Parts: sequence; C-alpha cells; structure tokens
Amino acid sequence: MSAAPLLAVSGLGKRFGGFVALDSIDLTIATGERVGLIGPNGSGKSTLVNCLCGTLKNETGSVTFDGRPLDGLIAHERTRLGLARSFQLPKPFHSLNLIDNIRVPLLYTVNARHGAHLGDAQVQARCRELLQEVALADKARRLPRDLTQVEMRKLELARAVATEPRLLFADEAMAGLSPSEVEEIIAVLIRLNQQGITIVLIEHIMRAVMSFSNRLVVLVAGQKIADGLPQEVVRNPEVERAYLGE
Amino acid sequence: MRTGWFWIAAAAVGLALVLLTRLYFTNEYFFFAAYVVLQYVVLSTAWNILGGYTGYINFGTGAFFAIGAYSSVVLHKLPALLKTFDVAIPAIPLPVMIVVGGVVSGIVGLGTGYLTLRLRGVFFAIATLALAVVVQTLIVNWDFVGGSRGIYVIRPAQAPLGGSYIQYLYTLMMALSVISVAIARWIERSRLGLGFAAIRDDELAAEAGGVPTLRLKLIATTLSGALMGMAGAPLPYYVTYLDPASSFNLAYAVNSVAMPVIGGMTSWVGPIIGAVLLGTIQQLATVTISSALNLLIVGLLLIGFVMIAPNGIVGLVQARRRRRALPVGAPQREPQRAA
Repeated sequence: MSAAPLLAVSGLGKRFGGFVALDSIDLTIATGERVGLIGPNGSGKSTLVNCLCGTLKNETGSVTFDGRPLDGLIAHERTRLGLARSFQLPKPFHSLNLIDNIRVPLLYTVNARHGAHLGDAQVQARCRELLQEVALADKARRLPRDLTQVEMRKLELARAVATEPRLLFADEAMAGLSPSEVEEIIAVLIRLNQQGITIVLIEHIMRAVMSFSNRLVVLVAGQKIADGLPQEVVRNPEVERAYLGE
Repeated sequence: MRTGWFWIAAAAVGLALVLLTRLYFTNEYFFFAAYVVLQYVVLSTAWNILGGYTGYINFGTGAFFAIGAYSSVVLHKLPALLKTFDVAIPAIPLPVMIVVGGVVSGIVGLGTGYLTLRLRGVFFAIATLALAVVVQTLIVNWDFVGGSRGIYVIRPAQAPLGGSYIQYLYTLMMALSVISVAIARWIERSRLGLGFAAIRDDELAAEAGGVPTLRLKLIATTLSGALMGMAGAPLPYYVTYLDPASSFNLAYAVNSVAMPVIGGMTSWVGPIIGAVLLGTIQQLATVTISSALNLLIVGLLLIGFVMIAPNGIVGLVQARRRRRALPVGAPQREPQRAA
C-alpha cells in the first residue's frame, strides 16, 4: 500500500431518524486497489456509497479524497474530482440515446475540469470508444429501453467511466445477471482497473467478489467488522456468523 | 441548421409575417386576435423550457405573466409620480417596459426556483400554484397599480413603426415570439439542453454525471419566468384596462400547460403548434360561438391528447416517421444533439 491513501474515511456516521445506518466507519483505499465491499441486506453498503459520493450527507466523520477533504461538496463536485459511481438500479437517461447518455458526463465532467477541453468531434469519438469498450457500439443510436439487463449494466458502467474517474464505486453492478453475464462484467471491471481506475465493488454474489477483489471489507449492521485479504476475511468467525448465523 | 442561421431565418419569417399581414389585413380585429395567439406562442415556449425540457410542471404562469404586466403599469405611472417630486422624465417606451418586465419576472423566477426546487413532481406544481395566489394577493392590495378595482392605461397617441397601435403591439409580440422560439431551439441543441434532459430523466444520475442540477434548474426557472414576464409586459396597452381578475386569469396557466402538451413537449416546434392551433381555435370560438366555451375546448382537447397521444402532435409525427424509416418493432432513433 502506498503512503498516501486515495480515499480516507474516518469516523463516518449516518442515521435515519433513530436508526443508525452507519456507525463510525473507518476505511482507507489505496490507488490501484480492487476492493470488495460485502455485507447482508440492509448492512449499510449503499448508504456508505451514497455518503461518499455526496448523494446523502453523513452526520459525523470526514472523508478525504486524494488528500482533499470532501465534506460539504455536493455530488457533481465530487464526480468532477474523480469519484464516480454506478447505481444499484440502473438509472439511464431514458429519453436520450446511448451516445447522448455518455455525452452528459463528457460535457459536464470531463469538459468542466481545468485543462483539456474536448471539441464536438472528440466528444463524439470518445462516446464511440467508451461504448466500444463495453460492446455497445452497435446500439449507439438506440434508446436505453431497447437494452437487455446486462447491456443496461454496461451502459451504467460506461457512463461512470466516461467521467474519467480515479475511484469507481460499482454498486451491485451484477444483480440479476446470469453467471456468464457476471463473468462479462467482471472482465470489464478488471480491464478498467488495469487502466488505472481504483474500484470498489459492492456485491452479493460471493463468487464474483472473490474472483475480483484483492481486499475485502465487510459491513454488518452499519459497522465494519472485517477488512483484509479475501481468503482470510471469509474465514473470519465473525463474518461467518453474520452470514450463516450461529 | 446552425444556431446563428436559425436566428436569421426565424427573424426573417417573423418579419415576413408582419409585413404580409399588415399589407393584406385591413381589419383591426385580425391583429387583436393574432396578438393573443402570438402571446401564447411566447407563454407556451417559455413554459416548455421549464416544464418540457427539465420536467418541472409550473402552474404559476399567471403570476409571471401578471408581474410583467404590472411592472409595465408601474413604469407607465412613473413619470407622473416623479413629477410630484419635481423630477421630469419622458414617457417610457414599451420595448423598455418589456425588458424591465422580463428582468423582474426573471428575478421572481430565480427566487421561486431557489425556494421550491427541492420539491419534486406534484409538490413543485402545488408550490407554483401557491405563488400565483401570493402574487395576486399582493397586487390586489397594492393601491398604486389599481388594487382590486383595476387601472386604466391610456395608450400613447402615436404608434411607432406606422399603422395603428394594435399593429405595433402585434409586431412587438411577433418579435418576442421569434426571440423565445430561437432561445428554446438553441437550448435544445446546446450543452444546457442536454443537462436539462438529464435532469428530466433522472436527477441523481445527472448529478453523478457531473451535472450541477440546482444551477441548471435555476437557469430554467429564470429564463422561463423572464420570457413569461416579457409576454405580459405589453398587456396593459393591449387591454387598456388591467385588473387582477383578468391578468391572473386561470386561462393563462391552463393554456400554457395545455399548448405544449398538445403540441409536444420535447421539441421547440411543439409549443408553437399547440399555441397556434389552440389559440386560433379559441379566437374563432370566441367570435362564432361563445367566449365562455374557450376553456371547455382546451380541457377536452387536453384530455383527448393525454389519453391518445401523450407525446403531442410532434410525438405523433415522429412515431409515424420512425415507422416508415424502420421495420416494425425496430427501435427508434432520437434526433442527434450537437455538443
């Protein structure tokens, strides 16, 4: 692990009324890692992602990204800093075709950053390229409603990757997919990681998480109960208890 | 077509329409009626910038429209008021009033947006309805602009640009129509329009894609409000007697929702079609049948379109084109956007 973590979370807490969704979470993620974030339903995984990405506001704790505090920044500002996410339920822009779906993050995130400004032709080319990477190029002019479930997941990933993130949260990118489709998505994620994107995968399918992650973090009832090498974490008695009962 | 060329073409069409109608129509009533139709082109185009592009339904058209009208009343009375303080200023020309009305309504739009844009869907719509009530109450209790008894506004004796004063009003409204349609079309093809569409489809995903949703929504409410105010600014000179009951008339709110819905909300063409169609039918019905029938016609058409063609006339045409271009069941192709 390098000296300065890419993402550092300390003491992060979130309540919904009297319900403690996240209880003082500490987490660091180093550049280039492939982290699997697991936990039973309702353990706070998505809430954690929502807090880190600015969709929800955490009441306590602080988050630093690349040495920069994120507290008080709203979602689109965090996206522009290089923190991208895909949604648990795909949220395509249903009235826009695939090219325009990708064009939104290109025009509003990439072009909003200092430095490089893509012209019309470059944006068009980049859209094609991104759709090509997830094998959707031949459907570029179609609407999201014409896509299959796995294609919808790929569009969701392509749109997140279009923001040129340094850290990507893939929130249940494989829910409801067949085993071969899961393999496909994992292959895409590993390729993205090799291109230099640090990835946190939130997932239920253990086979997928084990084959993808080089580190595993376990949340149970809003608390982090384990964090380490996947093979060791799954043998952790506390984790076993959370998943299989006493 | 490039945006610059569209501005030129739209201005040319507007100018040609004005010249031709002023040459061929000698009956003053034509201009009275056409003014109303054009006013609805502006109102429904303005409404569509917020309602059609970003998906926020506004029932407060009457408020923005009346704010434009009443700001003109204030400016109309300003020279006389200042005279009592021994300050002499000439009468303020109508184009200046239109600009001021637009600025005032735009500011109100910005403020309303800031207060209400956290609300979504039906709650936003209810808040805009409340705005109309609040503004109407303020005007009713403001004596300087006539209060509830209304106010007479005397037109200037001389109409600029030759012809009668109503022809002058008609010409101004044509110019406003051209400007608002050109703005709407420019938005549709710009980065702004893409951001609006993203907001309409899914606000969380838009934020995750880097779209500053609050800022964009404020731009939409401000622009929409400003254009509505500009449409209302000439009203005192059109009616010559302005009172709250007529300037806040429910018809403005209903029509500016119904016209884009019937014409089609996703394109700048839709509000024009809706406004010309409904506006003309209403004007014809007023003359031939009864003026009370207006809103009934709008209501029936609205129900019919919502049930049969929810994407409006433009949607019907697009679906027809797709069916011709593609085999049955093949997916549609959306119009391409320029970056």
